[in-house]
Parts: sequence; C-alpha cells; structure tokens
Amino acid sequence: MTPLEFTLLVFAVSLAAGFFGSLLGLGGGIIVIPALTFLFHVDLRYAIGASIVSVIATSSGAAAAYVRERMANLRVAMFLETATASGALTGAFLAGILGGRWLTLAFGSAVMLSAVGMIRGREWRPGASPARDAWADHLRLHGSYHDGALGQEVAYRVYGTRWGLLLMYVAGAVSGLLGIGAGALKVPAMDLAMRLPIKASSATSNLMIGVTAAASAGVYFARGDIDPFVTAPVACGVVLGALAGSRLLPRLRSKALRLVFVALLLWIGLQMILKAMR
Amino acid sequence: MKPGAVASGTLESLISALLRGGISISLALIVAGTAVSFIHHPDYASSVAALARLTRPGMAPHDLREVAAGIAGFRGQALVMLGLLVLMATPVVRVATSLVVFARSRDRAFVLLTSTVLVLLLLSLALGRAGG
Repeated sequence: MTPLEFTLLVFAVSLAAGFFGSLLGLGGGIIVIPALTFLFHVDLRYAIGASIVSVIATSSGAAAAYVRERMANLRVAMFLETATASGALTGAFLAGILGGRWLTLAFGSAVMLSAVGMIRGREWRPGASPARDAWADHLRLHGSYHDGALGQEVAYRVYGTRWGLLLMYVAGAVSGLLGIGAGALKVPAMDLAMRLPIKASSATSNLMIGVTAAASAGVYFARGDIDPFVTAPVACGVVLGALAGSRLLPRLRSKALRLVFVALLLWIGLQMILKAMR
Repeated sequence: MKPGAVASGTLESLISALLRGGISISLALIVAGTAVSFIHHPDYASSVAALARLTRPGMAPHDLREVAAGIAGFRGQALVMLGLLVLMATPVVRVATSLVVFARSRDRAFVLLTSTVLVLLLLSLALGRAGG
C-alpha cells in the first residue's frame, strides 16, 4: 500500500465511523481502532491517538448542528460535565494501579448491563412519571426539540440528576482509564437514569465526549502518540461523516435508533468481555 | 421573561458557530498540509516503503516547539499537526466561551458549574503533561 492509497482508504472508513458515531452519541473509536490496527497494520499507540482525535472530531462535527437545533441539551451537558471531568481525573490516577484486564471486563459488563436495561426499557406513561427533581427544576435542565420524524416539538422533563451525576462520574473514570470517550455509557445514563429522549441523549452525549476526549488528547500528544500522517484522513473523514449524520438524526425514528444502539452495546460489551477473558 | 432565557438562545448559536469555525480552520489546515506533503514527496503516490517510513512508531511530534519549527520550514505534516491541535482545543474553547456567556447573563449556578469543568480540564491537562 502506498501513502496515497492509505490516506484515501482510511478517509473512507472514517467517513462511516463519523456517520454512525454522530447518530449514536459515540466517538467512532470502536470502528477506527480495529480498522487501523487490523486492516492497515498501524501501531496500536498511533491507532489509539487517532481514535481520541476522532472522538473530538465526531463531537465537534455533530454538535455544531445538534446545539443549534437544540437537539443537544447544553445545560444538561454542562451540568454532567462536572461529573465526567472529575471522573476522568480519578481515572487518570487509578490507571497506574488497576490492571487493564479487570478494567476491560468491568467496562464490558457495564455496557452489557446498560443494554439489558435499555431492552427492558421504560414506557412513557403520563400517570406514572417519577417525583419531580428539585435540581433539574432549579437549574432549568428541562428541554424540548423538534422531532422531524414525528413532525412536532417534543418537550421533556429531566429526572434523576443525582443518579445521572454518579453514572457520569463512572463513565468519566472509565474514559480516563481506557482513553476513550465512553459514549456507550453516557447515552444509557441519560436515557435510563435521567429519562431524556433517546435523540436528546445521543446528541448531548455527542457534545460531551469532545470535552472528555480533549482532556486526554493533550496527554497523548505530549507522549507522541498522535501521528499527523495517520490521523489526518481520520479527522477529515470523521468530521464530514458526522456532519452528514447530524443532518439525518432529527428525521430518524426514535424506536429504530434505540434498537440499533442496544444491538451495538451488546456487540461492544461482548467484544470487551471476550478480550478480557483471553 | 426569566433571567437567562434570552442568553440561552444566544449561547446556542454562539457555540454552534464556534464549533463550525473550529472544524473549518482545522480541516483547511489538515487538507493544505496533506497536499503540501504529497507535492513535496511525489513518491508517496507510488512507493510502498514510504508508508512504512511514515507510520513507523516514534515519528510523531511531542511538543509545540517541534510543530512550530516544522511550520517555519513549511513542512506539510507540521501544518497537519497544527490543524489537529486546533481541533483538540475546540472543546476547551467551547467550555470557556460558555463560562463568559453564563457570567454575562448572571446565571450564578452555571458560572460555578462551568468554571469547575474548566478547572478540572486544565488540571487534567497539567497532570497529564507531568505524568506522561
């Protein structure tokens, strides 16, 4: 393979990663890392460095549209980022103490559990709504967005802020430990604990993963893990893919999106557990 | 009208414009840098050995001085790295911008939340640098 072919092929794969990442609130690292290492035989450190950049690229590319359309809840994102950022800091400290195998197993199990939680689901029963959340009221976290598939404005209330903070702290610690955006844990936390609609969860997760990843990206750069030649086509492809995906999300049906997300969670969880067992 | 209600709409369009600006500048630098690299090294289109050389571990720049020196020498890969650094800085600038807007609209709770995030971000960058 020549450098020209490498650049073009990696660009094509990254387009897909950005597209799906922006729809599902994930960074696309799940696609980028295995593609770079298995298909293109890139050094694992460079692949992880490129993946961190791809998380930021997905985030900025998708959130530009999501924030403008109010699909992403800016106030919820800022509120939860206090937890993810302190979690990430804890994770960076723990990284030297905990072994990678147990960590991978823990992450895999957490993802599987979230998937099960999302399958069992929660139905929207107007009569059975939980108690009002004082913090959500005080901080005005509630929101609304225009759902293109339903052709109407969807207003929602936010609950379970304390659970949300706790789960985001864990998600932040995982991303600090493993060097990933951990969108796979952020979306279920907002969906299950805080009862945000799936589209709002995904869009808000997209906004948040950029900040989490930016904190680690500086570290990876200082270590010399971000190779410009490898990362250039990844960044360009992912940004363009994410821009395209963010145009599609408002028009997708929430049920279908949730289903695809759960399937992906099961897949990621299984991969992680198998990797830890090996 | 509730305090902060107007500012919240402003914040959203500001953040959206900021993110778009960040990715546009970054993409322009990355594409220009890649083009410069391929023009300087015509063998990139034909040589298999060149790829092995480019993706060899230990090739990536470590610090800003190295990147600045590369840009002064008009090296394509240094331009690409500058573009990547702009991309990496965009989310941090997003948090800082939100802080300014919340402060202007006197949204005290969110000034507190946002400054906490910013301090934690800078702290983890500083610690990472010392540890890495």
